[in-house]
Amino acid sequence: MAERTLAVASAHGLHARPAALFVKAVTDSGLSVELQKGERKINAASILGVVSLGIEHGDEVTLRVDGEGADAVLESLAGFLEQDHDA
Amino acid sequence: MSSGLETRGDIIRGVGIGRATTVGPVLRMPEPVADPADVPSTRAAGEEFARATASLAATAAQLRERGEQAGGTAAEVLDALAMMAEDPALAADVQHRTDDGATAEFAIHAAMATFRDMLVGMGGYLGERAGDLDDVARRAIAHLQGRPAPGIPQSATPFVLVARDLAPADTATLDLDLVLALVTTDGGPTSHTAILAREKGITAVVGAAEAERLRDGDLVLVDAENGEIELDPPQERIDLALQRTATLEAIRAQSSGPGRLADGHAVPLLANIGSVDSAREAVARGAEGVGLFRTEVLFLGAETAPSVDNQAATYREVFAQFPGQKVVVRVLDAGADKPLAFLTDAGEENPALGRRGLRALAAHETVLRDQLTALAHAAADTDALVQVMAPMVSTAAEAQYFRDLAHELGIAVAGVMVEVPSCAIMADHVARHADFMSIGTNDLTQYVFAADRLLGTVAAFQNPWHPAVLRLIEQVGAAGREHDVPVGICGEAAADPLLAVVLVGLGATSLSMSSSAIADVRAELALHSLDDARRLAALAVSAESAEAARRAVLDASTHP
Repeated sequence: MAERTLAVASAHGLHARPAALFVKAVTDSGLSVELQKGERKINAASILGVVSLGIEHGDEVTLRVDGEGADAVLESLAGFLEQDHDA
Repeated sequence: MSSGLETRGDIIRGVGIGRATTVGPVLRMPEPVADPADVPSTRAAGEEFARATASLAATAAQLRERGEQAGGTAAEVLDALAMMAEDPALAADVQHRTDDGATAEFAIHAAMATFRDMLVGMGGYLGERAGDLDDVARRAIAHLQGRPAPGIPQSATPFVLVARDLAPADTATLDLDLVLALVTTDGGPTSHTAILAREKGITAVVGAAEAERLRDGDLVLVDAENGEIELDPPQERIDLALQRTATLEAIRAQSSGPGRLADGHAVPLLANIGSVDSAREAVARGAEGVGLFRTEVLFLGAETAPSVDNQAATYREVFAQFPGQKVVVRVLDAGADKPLAFLTDAGEENPALGRRGLRALAAHETVLRDQLTALAHAAADTDALVQVMAPMVSTAAEAQYFRDLAHELGIAVAGVMVEVPSCAIMADHVARHADFMSIGTNDLTQYVFAADRLLGTVAAFQNPWHPAVLRLIEQVGAAGREHDVPVGICGEAAADPLLAVVLVGLGATSLSMSSSAIADVRAELALHSLDDARRLAALAVSAESAEAARRAVLDASTHP
């Protein structure tokens, strides 16, 4: 299991378009990915779950990736969240 | 069909968007899918879940197919909807319900409603997107019931679309070449349909409840100027209406160059912009400069104010589009619907009446000084005639404070926005401390009526045609004339061609609007002299209501 905590960079948080792009990246990886904000953990392959976390710009979230090649997938998903997709 | 004896057909009334008139056959949106009832399933739980999964998969495929046809941003929106249909969390919730004996229809409906309510509870942007989930659920339920998918009807020939209201998913795939006009039974002047119609220049009448009785194939005349839909119109009405529309279009196509009244009196037509892209659009549409450059957009989401150099670089890019032309920059208007972390106090109970606009800047003067310095640097590097103005000014003392600071930091022309009623009422004093005044009609209307401009339930008050608003504008116009201070308009009121004429009659010396409205306003101004505009303004100001003011001006201007 690979895990990292980071601050989300998108100016409008993880809503709509950035959320859809993120979930796509998760499903494309084929691995099991968990996203946690505060106490709530959700399956990151669920756009409804991701959106329901109400992640705003600068919020701290934790990513957990399980499976073969978890480190590389974590690296690329974390990189995605640390970029501003509304710019 | 009409007997041909009446002079007019059967009239249905609503709120018109735009001024054109169009004739064509009605095509209705399919009736919405009814919410399924919570009746126990007669099938095995596994079978119900399989039905649900199949219909959700088919819905996702259908949405993606529509997206591929539409391309662009529509494809992205529809792809996101498809992802919702395939969502694993949704599937888990649906299975839970079918296991408990629910039908596939009800399980999808109830599971989606749970997610929708959660989004609504979160409010803001997400709350507004909640309707998208209902749309996905209805498509899946229609599929289960073997009915056509809800959405825009398919047609090879042009039609007048009659609907309750259009959802974002509908408008994303609307083929504008085939839609002659839009008619809605629900939804008002701020509905999604109305916004789309305004943006794209489509003839529309919204909130026409009686349009419920129109049927596919009915011939209707949609008259946006008068907010009327005429069923089975007599031929002479059709001819007259089409002729009038053709004349308006010809005038519009011919109009170019600077804004002028019929007697040659100049009324510069400026653009409202918020980014480098919108600056380029404004240039392409013949704007004579910028009357409102909203700078908040550059700061949105920032935790701290960008540096002076960073800001100057962006301002320079915008100013470079307007060599030799005026660019009026509004300094940061933070607060209310546009909070900024480094300026706005969190937890104000009533942020529209809180420390926003210049009030917030004065409390964080470094931010204001940095912005004015960046603007002065950028102005020095380009040939644009840069002016600055302060938002939410309520007193003459605030106007003086802002002008002194701007002059100190190297900007020669500094004015105020008039959007707080106190500022309009005291305009004769404010004018002594301002190099110009610019009336923000949206906020002014909200404050005059004490009606939140973002709240649908009080949207009817948000009408700049109301004499209560026009009388204040008249006072500001008079103060401007007396003190030789220019008076601009930079609210959406200036984008309504006929209201623009009234505003000039009330003393506006320039008009600033979304650049898409410039051609129409220019064409209308060219039809009226200054005396004529003043006469129309006097009629509007003395009317009893917004509707009466518009009606009086419309009657007097179409039959001079």
